Order: sequence, then C-alpha cells, then structure tokens
Amino acid sequence: MMPEPIERPTYDMEAFRKARAGRNVALGLGLLAFVVIVFIVTVIRMGANAQPHF
Amino acid sequence: MTQPTTLSTRAAVPALWSDYLQLLKPRVMSLVVFTALTGFVCAGVKTNPLLAAVAILCIAIGAGASGALNMWFDADIDGRMRRTRGRPVPMGKVLGAEAATMGVVLSLFSIMLLGMTTNWLAAGMLAFTIFFYVVVYTMWLKRWTPQNIVIGGLAGALPPAIGWAAATGSAPLNAWLMVLIIFMWTPPHAWALSLYTSEDYAKVGVPMMPVAKGAASTRLQIFIYSLLFTPICLIPAFTGLGGPAYLAVAALGGAVFLLLAWRVFRSKAGDVHDERLEGEDRLYAVRAGAKDARNLFAFSILYLTLLFAALLGEHLLGVAPLELLQ
Repeated sequence: MMPEPIERPTYDMEAFRKARAGRNVALGLGLLAFVVIVFIVTVIRMGANAQPHF
Repeated sequence: MTQPTTLSTRAAVPALWSDYLQLLKPRVMSLVVFTALTGFVCAGVKTNPLLAAVAILCIAIGAGASGALNMWFDADIDGRMRRTRGRPVPMGKVLGAEAATMGVVLSLFSIMLLGMTTNWLAAGMLAFTIFFYVVVYTMWLKRWTPQNIVIGGLAGALPPAIGWAAATGSAPLNAWLMVLIIFMWTPPHAWALSLYTSEDYAKVGVPMMPVAKGAASTRLQIFIYSLLFTPICLIPAFTGLGGPAYLAVAALGGAVFLLLAWRVFRSKAGDVHDERLEGEDRLYAVRAGAKDARNLFAFSILYLTLLFAALLGEHLLGVAPLELLQ
C-alpha cells in the first residue's frame, strides 16, 4: 500500500526564492562572522601569552 | 488575518531571515546586552575592547538561544495568546524542530566561545542561565506554580554577574547585588503587566498570580515586593558600587516606584471589567483601574534602565563610588 503523499503548502515561487536567498545570505554572513571572531580571539589571546625570546 | 497553524506544518508564507532573528527575542537580548555590559564595566578591569565585545555578544546570543528554545516549547500556548500568537512558530513560518535546533546550536556555540574568549566561570554561568530559563522556568515552573516568575526571574537577573565574571574571572558581592536588584524587580514588574493581561494567561492555563490567587492578592504582593525592592536599590551606594548619581536615581526613583505600587494596591486593577468592551478588545484595552498597573509597569522599566545607566555612566566617567559603609 502506497503511503499518502505529504501535503505541502503552495508557495509563490518568486517569493520563495527571494526568502531562501535572504536566509542563505544571513546564514553565510553569520558563519563568516563566527570564523572572523574565532580568528581575532585566537590572535589576541595568543599574543597576550607570547613572551619575548631575547 | 493569518491563523496559527499546527506546530508541525508550515504556513504558505516562506520564512524570512528576520523570522529566525525574531526567535532570539531581540528586545530581551538588548536588555541582556545592557545589564551584562554594565556588569562588565563595573568590574573595573582593563580588557581588550574586542574581547569585551565578543564576550557581550556571546552572552546576548546565549540569551537569544534560550529565547528560541522557549518559543519552541511554548508554541502551543503562544498560539492561543494575543500577545504571542504572531511569533514565528505558532504562525507556522518556522517549524518547532528548527527553533529547537537553532536554540541548541547557538547555546553550545555561545558557551564555547565565551569560555575561549574570557574564562570558564563566565561560560559556566551562561550555561546555567540557559538551563535555568529553558528547563527550570519554561518547562517546569511556568505552567505549574504562581511563583513562576519569582523563581524564574533568576535567569533574567544573572547577566550582570556573567559580565562581571567575564571581565575578572570572579563574581564578588557587588556582582550579586546587581543580580539581586533585577531579581527583586521582576515580580512587581511582571505582575503589574499580568494584572491587565490575566485573561490571556487564564485562557491557556498558565497560573500567573492574578489567575491563581486573584487580583487583590497580586496587588498586595506587588506592594510588599516593592517595599523590599526599593531599599535594596540603595545598597550599592554603601558597598562601593554606586556613586552620587546612582544614589540620587535610586532614592528618587524608588520613592516614585513605591508611590505607584501603593496606587496599584489601592486600585481595582485586575478585578474590574469594563462591560463596554467586548471580544478581543477586552484583553488589551485599558479598563477601569488598570491604568495604575500600566503606570507601574511602564515606570518599572524606566527605573531599572536608569539604575543601570547610572552605574554604567559613573564607571565609564570614573566617578568615585560613595562607599558609605567605609
């Protein structure tokens, strides 16, 4: 017996694509910000621990 | 108007990035940023400003993550209350599972990053705050006891201590004094609001104080908590935390707070229904007697803001604290 198909809402495709693009950009910027923050924090913390060798 | 959908189905409107941002409760986040920043600055330790900014960002995102988890768990009642039914999950724009996933992921990332950036005491306190808000308050206390916001208010009170711990690696008496101020402020603030929105809570079975014990008992408890809260606001002037500007704000604002709380106590806020208002209008229109509760609610926000602004301003400007006990 075949399972009943899942009922999905009908989107306005143009609005759907625009919303998806907006979400993707926001997610991308969020990930980029996270990478930059981790890099900066690492540099600052390592710099604070660095001792002169002479 | 779009009707709320069931929690496992999507609305026919695609979710925007701003719907996911709304899950983080930006207004609550802004309050958390303000109080955590005040705690951080009052600690009086010179820190790299970038590390300080990342620390405050982590605390804000942790608070936002707990907001997303709250919206996931409470979607069933949010969809039936006028104030909350426009939220993304009850509207069907965002699935409950997505909100929960976002909350868990952001919680883990914010705790981890705060620990890496500052210290693990601050990270541990942030983890405890998220746990307390989501599990202790949202899942347990909120639907079980009229003391829900009294105990649960601890989660909203902790950010200054987290900020202080992030700056210094410790949380001394003055940090906990700031926590105590917000903790004692929460009951009169939240109950003043619930006096004129209690029908909303009653409809979904949340035992807010006016629903469980009645409006008269709530008004009395608001006044008792106000009597306890206002002197506590003066203590920072005795412990080396607040200066003359803080003392002036705390004393004058405290007097106004007490006056407004007294007016609520003497009013009929919460138990008078205006028969002229029908249907949904009855929930939010100003009823006879509710004006006093609204005044206290509005002033409580202003008072807490001014208290923390005074502390923040004094420490940024280098104003010496009073230390009246020494």
